[in-house]
Amino acid sequence: MSAPGPDALLTMYASMVRVRLFEERVRELFQHGRIPGFLHTSVGQEAVAVGVAAALRPDDYVLSTHRGHGHLIAKGGSLRGLMAELYGKANGVCHGKGGTMHIADASVGYLGANGVLASGCVVAPGVGLSIKRRGSGQVVVTFFGDGAANRGPFHEGINLSALWTLPVVFVCENNRWASSTAHALSTAGGSIAARAVGYGIPGESVDGNDVMAVYETVARAVERARSGKGPSLIEAHTIRWVGHFEGDPQAYRGKEEVAEGRQRDPIARLERWLTEQRLLDAAQAQRVRASVAAEVEDAVAHAETSSLPRGEDALSDLFAYYPWRD
Amino acid sequence: MKLDFGEALNLALREEMRRDPRVYCIGEDIVLGLPFGVTKGLIDEFGSERVLNAPISEAAIVGSAFGAAVTGLVPVVDMHFADFVTCAMDEVANQIAKSRYMFGGQLDCPLTLRMPYGIGKSGGGHHSNSVEAWFVNLPGLKVAIPSTPADARGLLKTAIRDPDPVLVFEHRGLYRMVGDVPEAETLVPLGVADVKRRGRDVTVIATARMVHESLEAARRLAEEGIEVEVIDPRTLVPLDREALAASVRRTHRVVVAEEGPMRGSAGAWLAWVVMEDAFDELDAPIARVAAPNVPIPFSPPLESFVMPAADEVVAAVRQVVK
Repeated sequence: MSAPGPDALLTMYASMVRVRLFEERVRELFQHGRIPGFLHTSVGQEAVAVGVAAALRPDDYVLSTHRGHGHLIAKGGSLRGLMAELYGKANGVCHGKGGTMHIADASVGYLGANGVLASGCVVAPGVGLSIKRRGSGQVVVTFFGDGAANRGPFHEGINLSALWTLPVVFVCENNRWASSTAHALSTAGGSIAARAVGYGIPGESVDGNDVMAVYETVARAVERARSGKGPSLIEAHTIRWVGHFEGDPQAYRGKEEVAEGRQRDPIARLERWLTEQRLLDAAQAQRVRASVAAEVEDAVAHAETSSLPRGEDALSDLFAYYPWRD
Repeated sequence: MKLDFGEALNLALREEMRRDPRVYCIGEDIVLGLPFGVTKGLIDEFGSERVLNAPISEAAIVGSAFGAAVTGLVPVVDMHFADFVTCAMDEVANQIAKSRYMFGGQLDCPLTLRMPYGIGKSGGGHHSNSVEAWFVNLPGLKVAIPSTPADARGLLKTAIRDPDPVLVFEHRGLYRMVGDVPEAETLVPLGVADVKRRGRDVTVIATARMVHESLEAARRLAEEGIEVEVIDPRTLVPLDREALAASVRRTHRVVVAEEGPMRGSAGAWLAWVVMEDAFDELDAPIARVAAPNVPIPFSPPLESFVMPAADEVVAAVRQVVK
C-alpha cells in the first residue's frame, strides 16, 4: 500500500469540501422547507466518508446508513441525482421513492442507505460472497454507527464474514452518540474495535477526523480483503457538529463538544497540512470551494426545476414485471 | 414419475442449479438435508461452494442472501422452519421486500425463501405456525404455496427464475406425500390457479394442506349429492383472481379454507377478493375455515383441536348450501 500522492490528497480535499458544502446547503434547504422528511447530515464527519472512499476502486461496493449522503458523494454519486432525490423529484436517483434515508446509486456501487441500524452488516457478507464467487476482486465496505454496533446484525454479519473469509470491511463511525444516548451509556466494554478480537479479525481504532489516517487504515483492510484474507473492523472516532436529525435541540450534550469538533475540523486540518506541504495555497483552496459550491448550486437548481412525480407513480417499480391486479 | 413433495423440491433445486451456476442454496443443516430432506444430496453434485451450511444466524443468512442477490447471485434460502423468519424479519420486510421499489427499480433481487411451515406432529408454538399472511401483507414479495409435488417443483423453479423475491411455503405435513410429477422439466407460472376437482355446487378455495382436506371433504359430500369444486390459487401473490371468479360464476357458493389463524389472514383477503369480483354471483355469504386465534399448542388433542381439517370444510360447505 502506497501513501496517497499529491493529486490523490487534493482529490480527497475537494471531496471533503463537496460533502461539507452539500450537507450545509441541504440543511439550509431543509430549514426553508424545500426538502421533506427527516434529515440526518454528516457535517464534521467528512473525513470518514472520504478516507474510506479514497481507498476503494470505482467498482467496489458501499453499504451505508441513515447518515449516508457523504458516503455516496465520496463514492462518486451524482450530486444532481442525490439532490433531486432529497427533493422527492421524479428524476431523483430513486425516482423519489427512497429519499434521504433510502437512497441507492447502483452506478457507483452504492447499494443503499438504510433506515434500520446495522442492517448493512448482514447484507455485506452476501455481497462479499458474490464477489468471491464471481472472482471479481472487489470489496464491500459497510458503514454503521456506534449505536448500531449494539444490534444483533453487527454480530451476525461479522461472524459470518470472518467465518467464510469474505472481502468485507466493517467501518464504524463512532460519533459518540446513538441518537441522544451517549456511547458510554449504550456500549459495554467501550471499544467497538476491540470486539474484533472475539471474531479473530483485525480491529483498528482510528482518528476519524484525520482523513489520511482513515485512508491508511482502510487501505490496509481493503488490501487484506482483496487479497482473500477476510474482513476487518475499523472504528473511526469522529464528532458530529449537528444534531442527530436536523432540528434536534441536542439537550443531551453541551456546546463544548461541538466546539471541540470544530476545532478538530477534518477539512481545516487537511488544508493546513496541504498548505504546510506547499501542495495547496489560499487561492487554490478558494478555487476548490468556489468550484464545489457551483456544483452544489447546479444540483440545487436542477432539483428546484425538476418535476415532482405524479401520485400514481407510487404504483410502479414494485416488481420487474407484474401484470396482475390485486 | 412418482415423487414425494420433498423429492420434487429436491429435483427442482437440482434442475435449477444445473441450469444456472449463479444459483446456490444456503441455510442451517442443509448439507445433510435437515430437517425435511429437501436439500439432501445436493452437496455431492454441487459442492460446498453452492450448498452453504450457515451458522444458526438467520439475520445473516437472509441478509447475506439479499446482498448476494443484488450483486449477481441467485440465492435459495432454506428457512429451516418458517417460524424462524422472525429472526430475520428486518431483512425480509425492510430490505428484501422494499429494495426494488425504494431504489426506483435499480436493483434486481432474484431471491427465493423456502419456508417449511405448518401445523402437525406436536411441533408446538415455535415450529408450527402458518405465517403466509404476514408476507401477503408485505408489498414487494411474491408468495407461492403449493399443494402437490408437481406444483411444488414447478413453482420453486419459477420462483428461482423470477427477478424478484419469492417466498415458497412448503407445508411440512406434505413433504412425504407422493404424487405424479412430469418427466419433462415443467414450470408452473406464478398467478395461475388450478382446479383440483370440478364440482357444480360449491367452490372451496384452499391452499397447501387444506387442498387435500378439502378434497377429502368433497369425497364425503359427494356421497350426499353435493358436488364441491376445489380450487387452489397456488400463489397468493400474484393471485389468479379471474380463475376464482370464474369458479364462483359456476357454483355461486364459496368456502375459503386455510390453516393459519382466522383473524387478518390470507383467507380473509381471498374472501374479500371474491366479494369484489363476484358479489352478484353469490347466493350465500362466504364461509371460512381457519385455525382459531391462538398459538399452536403442543399436546396432541389440543393441536388436533386447532388444526383445520376435512370435518371443518364439510361443515362450512353445509353451511353455504343450506
